[in-house]
Amino acid sequence: MFSINPFAGISGSISPALMQWYVVLMVVLVAAGTLFDIVHKGSAKYFFENWRKSKSKSVQQVEGGELMSIAMQTALVDVLASGEFCNARRRIAHLLTMYGFVIHVVATAVLVFAYPTTPTPAVWPNLWWIGALMLLLGGYWFWFFIRVDVAAEGNSPFRVMHADLFVLSLLASVTLGLIWAWLQASGSAASGVFFGLYILATTVLFAGVPWSKFAHMFFKPAAAFEKRVSKANGTAENLPTLSRDDPEQQARHSMELLRDAPMDMGLGIKREAPRHY
Amino acid sequence: MPTFVYMTRCDGCGHCVDICPSDIMHIDPTYRRAYNIEPSMCWECYSCVKACPQNAIDMRGYADFAPLGHSVRVQRDEQKGTIAWRIKFRNGTEKNFLSPITTKPWGQAIPKLAEVPGPSKEMRDSQLLYNEPKWIRMDEGGLRTLDDAGLKLKKGIYY
Repeated sequence: MFSINPFAGISGSISPALMQWYVVLMVVLVAAGTLFDIVHKGSAKYFFENWRKSKSKSVQQVEGGELMSIAMQTALVDVLASGEFCNARRRIAHLLTMYGFVIHVVATAVLVFAYPTTPTPAVWPNLWWIGALMLLLGGYWFWFFIRVDVAAEGNSPFRVMHADLFVLSLLASVTLGLIWAWLQASGSAASGVFFGLYILATTVLFAGVPWSKFAHMFFKPAAAFEKRVSKANGTAENLPTLSRDDPEQQARHSMELLRDAPMDMGLGIKREAPRHY
Repeated sequence: MPTFVYMTRCDGCGHCVDICPSDIMHIDPTYRRAYNIEPSMCWECYSCVKACPQNAIDMRGYADFAPLGHSVRVQRDEQKGTIAWRIKFRNGTEKNFLSPITTKPWGQAIPKLAEVPGPSKEMRDSQLLYNEPKWIRMDEGGLRTLDDAGLKLKKGIYY
């Protein structure tokens, strides 16, 4: 089951060209939805306005090489390692979901475009399943246990809101996709029904970009980059920049009581998860 | 000056919900981000501002001077044991402060209150508050001083 290309299995009833067109249509919908979101919310306009404001107030200029290095840090730490999360469980869940999604989507594209009817190397269906299972592990863990209104507000995990459109359509798409592949491999007649539901959930996921938080994968890195630049140019969004790491600060009268204290005092209130609602 | 949340910075971690003594920081049911449900009940204790790991919470200034560019922002660094304030005045003056919030690693100096004997009947009937004689030293000498604590008063202002 894990080595069978499920898309080649239905190529008899649905032409591979149609499946390929569907994938292209989904890519177009994501691009168009993201552009609409940017124009509708004015996010790019505010991003560049903030950028100019921060630059005009900067204490030190950040140019060329340093900007490149900040962009690299953003890509490596904030994007590839989900570095902005301060809660370790949420970070792990996000990494599982993000990498699972990327692996699953790439494997889907390869299966549909490169091996629509021909025999498929086992590695691609394997990756399709592994990516989907990683995504489901991270996604359901997040949905039932660590999302904020369950963890911090004590609400039921079954309370569904508009804000859940992205997560739920993502989980529905992948869950239904796996059920369809499993039914198809076991020769069940119900596989057609689940294929229809799989396509429906997938269409909601990609066509719902303007109404869901799908576009966060584009604007979150921009916000993380802006945050790092504002720290480097000294404005830091008006946040304090003094730190005990600086020897000059260690010598301050106000730091007298911490003169012999260790640099890492451990965690205070953040030792416990915020679940005391 | 109640709190407000920068929605683009908040990641909905729930630390402000946890710490708010008035229980007015909650998670918005639509956007899954924190918000102050009742600004008129906020007494500006700054607990949520300091607890927020993303620095996503700020204080709304009074309407007559808020638009003129002042700013009071704070960063509580638990690991370093410090709290830093950056205060910007409307005329561009800026003041920065850095102070300790603990002198021992967290969790080492926990008062074992369960082991402390409760007040006697005589203490209960007294006008004094619990532990008041001990801590203001009415019973064992003068008031606490800088010398007692091994500190010296220095001339001038030190930041």
